[in-house]
Amino acid sequence: MTGGGTTVGARLRTVRVTVQLKPGVLDAQGQAILKGLDALGYGGVSAVRAGRYFEIEMPDTPDLDARVRAMCEGLLANPLIEDFRYDVA
Amino acid sequence: MAAVRTPDRPLGALRPDEYAEVCRRLGRDPSPAELGMFGVMWSEHCAYKHSRATLRRLPTKGRGVLRGPGENAGAVDAGGGWAAVFKMESHNHPSAVAPFHGAATGVGGIIRDVLAMGARPVALLDSLRFGPLDEPAVAPLAHGVVAGIAAYGNSIGVPTVGGEMRCAPCYRANPLVNVACLGLVPADRITTSRAAGPGNAVVYLGARTGRDGMQGAAFASAELAGNPTDRSAVQMGDPFTGKLLIEATLEALATGAVVAIQDMGAAGLTCALSEMSARGEVGMDVDLNHVPRREEGMTPEEVLLSESQERMLLVVQAGREEEVLRVGRRWELPAVVIGRVVAEPVLTVRDGERAIVSLDPRHLTDAPAYAPPATPPAYLAEVRRLDLAAVPVHDPADALLTLLRRPGTASARWVFRQYDHMVQTNTVVAPGADAAVLRLKDAPPRGLALAVDGNGRSCYLDPYVGGMLAVLEAAQNLACVGAAPAAVTDCLNFASPERPEVFWTFTQAVDGIARACEALEVPVVGGNVSFYNEAGEGIYPTPVVAMLGRLDDVQRHATPGWTAEGDVIVLVGEGIPVLDGSEYLEAIHGRVAGRLREPDLLAVARAIRCVREAVAEGLLASAHDCAEGGLAVALAECCVPARLGARVAVRGADRADVALFGEAIGRTIGSVRASRMPDLLNLARRLAVPVQVIGTAGGDRLVVAADGAPDPRPWLDVPVKTLVQAWDSIVEES
Amino acid sequence: MTIGIVVFPGSNCDADTHHVVRGVLGQEARFVWHQETSLDGLNAVILPGGFSYGDYLRAGAIAATSPVMRALRGYAAAGGPVLGICNGFQTLVEMRLLPGALLLNAPGEFRCQHVRIRVERTDTPFTCALREGDVLRLPIAHGEGRYYVTDRELARITLERQIAFRYCDGTGHVGLAANPNGAIDNIAGVASVSGTVLGLMPHPERASEAIVGSADGLRIFESLARWVTTRPVPAVAAQPAAHAGTSLEGR
Repeated sequence: MTGGGTTVGARLRTVRVTVQLKPGVLDAQGQAILKGLDALGYGGVSAVRAGRYFEIEMPDTPDLDARVRAMCEGLLANPLIEDFRYDVA
Repeated sequence: MAAVRTPDRPLGALRPDEYAEVCRRLGRDPSPAELGMFGVMWSEHCAYKHSRATLRRLPTKGRGVLRGPGENAGAVDAGGGWAAVFKMESHNHPSAVAPFHGAATGVGGIIRDVLAMGARPVALLDSLRFGPLDEPAVAPLAHGVVAGIAAYGNSIGVPTVGGEMRCAPCYRANPLVNVACLGLVPADRITTSRAAGPGNAVVYLGARTGRDGMQGAAFASAELAGNPTDRSAVQMGDPFTGKLLIEATLEALATGAVVAIQDMGAAGLTCALSEMSARGEVGMDVDLNHVPRREEGMTPEEVLLSESQERMLLVVQAGREEEVLRVGRRWELPAVVIGRVVAEPVLTVRDGERAIVSLDPRHLTDAPAYAPPATPPAYLAEVRRLDLAAVPVHDPADALLTLLRRPGTASARWVFRQYDHMVQTNTVVAPGADAAVLRLKDAPPRGLALAVDGNGRSCYLDPYVGGMLAVLEAAQNLACVGAAPAAVTDCLNFASPERPEVFWTFTQAVDGIARACEALEVPVVGGNVSFYNEAGEGIYPTPVVAMLGRLDDVQRHATPGWTAEGDVIVLVGEGIPVLDGSEYLEAIHGRVAGRLREPDLLAVARAIRCVREAVAEGLLASAHDCAEGGLAVALAECCVPARLGARVAVRGADRADVALFGEAIGRTIGSVRASRMPDLLNLARRLAVPVQVIGTAGGDRLVVAADGAPDPRPWLDVPVKTLVQAWDSIVEES
Repeated sequence: MTIGIVVFPGSNCDADTHHVVRGVLGQEARFVWHQETSLDGLNAVILPGGFSYGDYLRAGAIAATSPVMRALRGYAAAGGPVLGICNGFQTLVEMRLLPGALLLNAPGEFRCQHVRIRVERTDTPFTCALREGDVLRLPIAHGEGRYYVTDRELARITLERQIAFRYCDGTGHVGLAANPNGAIDNIAGVASVSGTVLGLMPHPERASEAIVGSADGLRIFESLARWVTTRPVPAVAAQPAAHAGTSLEGR
C-alpha cells in the first residue's frame, strides 16, 4: 500500500505495525483459537492473544515516526481498547 | 480444474480422443491459450459430459416457468408481476481443502448466478454432509464450513433462511456443501446471457483478476509466470466486493443499456466469453490487456483461466458504454470495455495486437457427451436383505432420545444462529421449521417457501426410490407451511461416473426425481452435478433437491409445534412404516439395510395437497411431516416448540419400534382446533386422503400407546423437558 | 419531515430501514450517499446496519472516515437527531460521537436471535414515546456487539444517563442470562449526554411489523416522528474547508 504523494527521491520504507487488545480487555478471538488448538491436540498452550498485523510502505521522511504514530492512533488502532507497536525496516 | 500444457501433460487436461476432436473441429492444433480454454470448458464440471444425456429425462416445462435450464438460473412466476429466480450449486471439493473459504466462495458463486438473471438475491439455503461430528477431524471441518457460509452470507446481506445437515462416515473426506439461492426480479426484466449486436461493447465489471484457482504444480510451465507458491488452488471470495457487485449490477441493468450478462464463475473469463458468444451465435473480439489485474506479470493464459471471484461480464449497447462505466465508478468497482461483439461467430482473444485465440465459440461450449456404461452395484442384493426377527426391539424411550440427538434431527440452532436469517426483513418463518417462508414485500399478501432435502442412505439402498423420496420430502415440507410446489433445483452429488455401478445409481436417481416431479407437476428449472466425490471411499449417491413453493397468502402458514391444549392431533395420509433403511435401524442397531417400498406417487401427491390446502384454509393449527425417525420423532418435534405434550394412540404394528420409528413417505401430523375437525374431514374426503384422529395435545409429557392393545402400558411416556434436553444440545434461555 | 438514511459501500439494512420509515411509518425518507457533504434539510439521520467496508479493520472504522461523517459531526453538534443501528452504532463509537467500543461477541461467534431490551432513558428523540422500564422484543444480528467501556467511563456514563437500553428478560430483569454477547452492564444502546445521538445494537427496523415477528421496534420510529414534528429542521453552521488530518479529529 503506497500512500499518495511520494516525495521525489525519498526511498520507500516498510513499516510493520502490530495492534493488540489492551491487557484488560476480553480477547474472545484469542480464546476461541486456544480452544481450537486444544481440540486439535496441541496441548500445553496456556494462552493465545490475537492481534492484527499491517505492512505499510511509505517514503522515508524526517517525520516518519510521527506520521506512523498518527496513522496508528487515528485509524489502525482504537486507542480506547488497543495498544500498538511498530518497527521500520 | 484448469491445466495448460505442461511437459508431462502435453494435451493439458484433455484426453487423447478429446484432443483429437479439438484438432478435427479446428482443422489444426489448438494454440496454448485455446488448449487451456478447451481444458476447462470440456471439464466435467463445466461440460457435464457424463451427465448431460441423463439430465434430459428431467421434466423442465410447466405452467409458470419463465426460464428453464440452460441459463444461469431458472425462473418461475412468483405472482404479482414478479419472477422467482432459483438455483443450487455445489462447492464440495474446495470445501474439503479449505472449509471456510470453499464454503464462502460457494455462497458467492450461487449468488452471482442469480444476479446474472437480473434478480436481487433474497435468500439462501444450505445442504451439508459431513462425517460423524464427534470425530476430531470432522468437527473443525464442519464448523469451518458453517462459519464460511455465515461470514459470506451475512456480510453480503443475503439471509440464509434454512437448510439441512446430515452425517455419515462416507462423507468424512468428502464433505458436501450445496447452496441454493433465491432471487426476485420483475418478470419482464429477466436478463439473458445471449450476446447480440455487432459493435456492442463487451464490458468487464467487478474485482481485479488475480491467480485464484490455479494450482501451483499443474501450472509450472513456460506458459505461466510468477512464483508457483504464490498461487492457490482455492478461490478467495470477498463478500464486501460481492455486495458492491450486486448493487452495481442492478444499477447497470436499470439503465437499460445492458444487452446480456453472465457471471464469471467456474472457468472465469473463458466461460463467460464462450458461452455468451455461443448462445448468441455471434463472435467477440477482446484484448486481455484491458482486463484489470491484481497481480503483476500475469500471462494472457492466466488472465483467461483465472477463477478470481466477484466478476461479471456484460454486453452493452454501442454508444451507451459510459452509462455502465459510470455505475462502476460510483461503486468503486473496476468497469472496463475489453472488446466488441462481432457478427461472425468467431471468438478472438488478443494479447495486445497478437491474437492468441481465434475459433468458433460453439466448439468450446458444445463439448462431447458420453454414454457411460451403467451396471447395478453388486452390494445391492446384500444390503437389501433385512431379517426383522434378528433386530431386537429397543427400549422406545431410549431410542427416541438417541434419535433426537442425531445431527439430522437435533436442533440446528448452533448453526442457524450464526446466519443472519432476518436481513431484508422478508423472513416470516425462520430456520427450524419444515420450510422457510418469505413474504413478497412488493406483491402482498403473497409469499414464497423454500425447502431442501436429500437422503443418501435411502439412495444407497435404492437410488430410484431415494430420488423420488427427495422430491416428495421437499414437497411435504412445503405443504406443512402451506405452500404449493412451484419449481425444483437440484445438486446431484455422486462418486466417479466412470465406474458403471456409480453411473447406474446416477441414472436411477435422476429417473426417480423425474417421476416424482411429474407426479407433483413441478418442473426442474436448473441444477448442478458434482461427480468424483470419492476421496478414500465413495459417498452414498446423494441427490439433493431444493424446492420453491408459493403461498397465496403468507399469513396462512403453519409451523410444527402444537399451539393449544386440547387441540386434536391427526395423522393425514397413510403409509406402511418399515424399519428398512430407517434412521432407527442405523442409529440404534448400526445397520444400513433393507428394501425401500416404491411410494404410491398419486396417493402421496394427494396427501401433500390435502395438507397444503388444510393449512392455507386455517384448518390445521400446526403441521409437521413424518421423516427420519418416523412417527415418534415427529411427535416429539411437535411437543418441543411450545413445550406442550400429547397423548397419542397409534394403530397397526405389533412391534413398538416399527410403529414408532418405522418410516414411510406421505404422512403428516397436524393439530386441529376441535371446532374445525368437520371442515378438515370434508376436505380430506373430497381429496380421497385418509385422516386418522390419533390423540390430543396438552400436558407436559409425550405419551404414545398402542391403539386397542391389551397391555395398557404406553410404549412411550417421556416428559417434554427430557425431549427438549435431548433435542437442543445448547441449553440456554431462548 | 424527511429522514436521511446514510448508505455506505457495504450497508445492508438501508432498504429495510427505508421500508419502515416510508412504508410503515408513512414519513418521507431519502438515502444519503456516503460521499455527500451536506445533511441540510433533514429532520433526522439514521446510520443503518450492515457491513460497511466489509467490517474491515474494525466494524465502522472506515465508514467513520467518509465525507458524509464530517457533515454528521456538525449535524449532531447542532442538535440534529442521529440514530445508529448496529453497524451504525459501531460507526458512531468509532467517531467518538458516542462513548465506548464494540468488540467481538464473548461467545466468539455471530449471533442472530431475538432479545429483549429495557428502556432506560426516555428523553431522547428515539424513546420519547416510551416509558422507562418498557421491555421491547427486537432481533440482534452481529458478531461485534459486545459493548465495552473502562470502569471509570462506565461510572461517568451511568451518572450522565447515557445508557439508553439494557438487555433483559421477559419481565424486564437485567441479568447475565439475558446478555447475548458479554456487553458490560448488559448495555445494548447508548446515547450522547444530550440524548440526541443514540446508538443500539438490536435492529428496530426488523421488528416494525407483526408479520416478521414483532412490532416493538416501530415504537422507536414513532418516538422519532413525534419528536421531529414538534421541532424545526436542525440548522447546521457552515463547515470549515477540509485539509489533511481533519478526518481524524476528535480521536
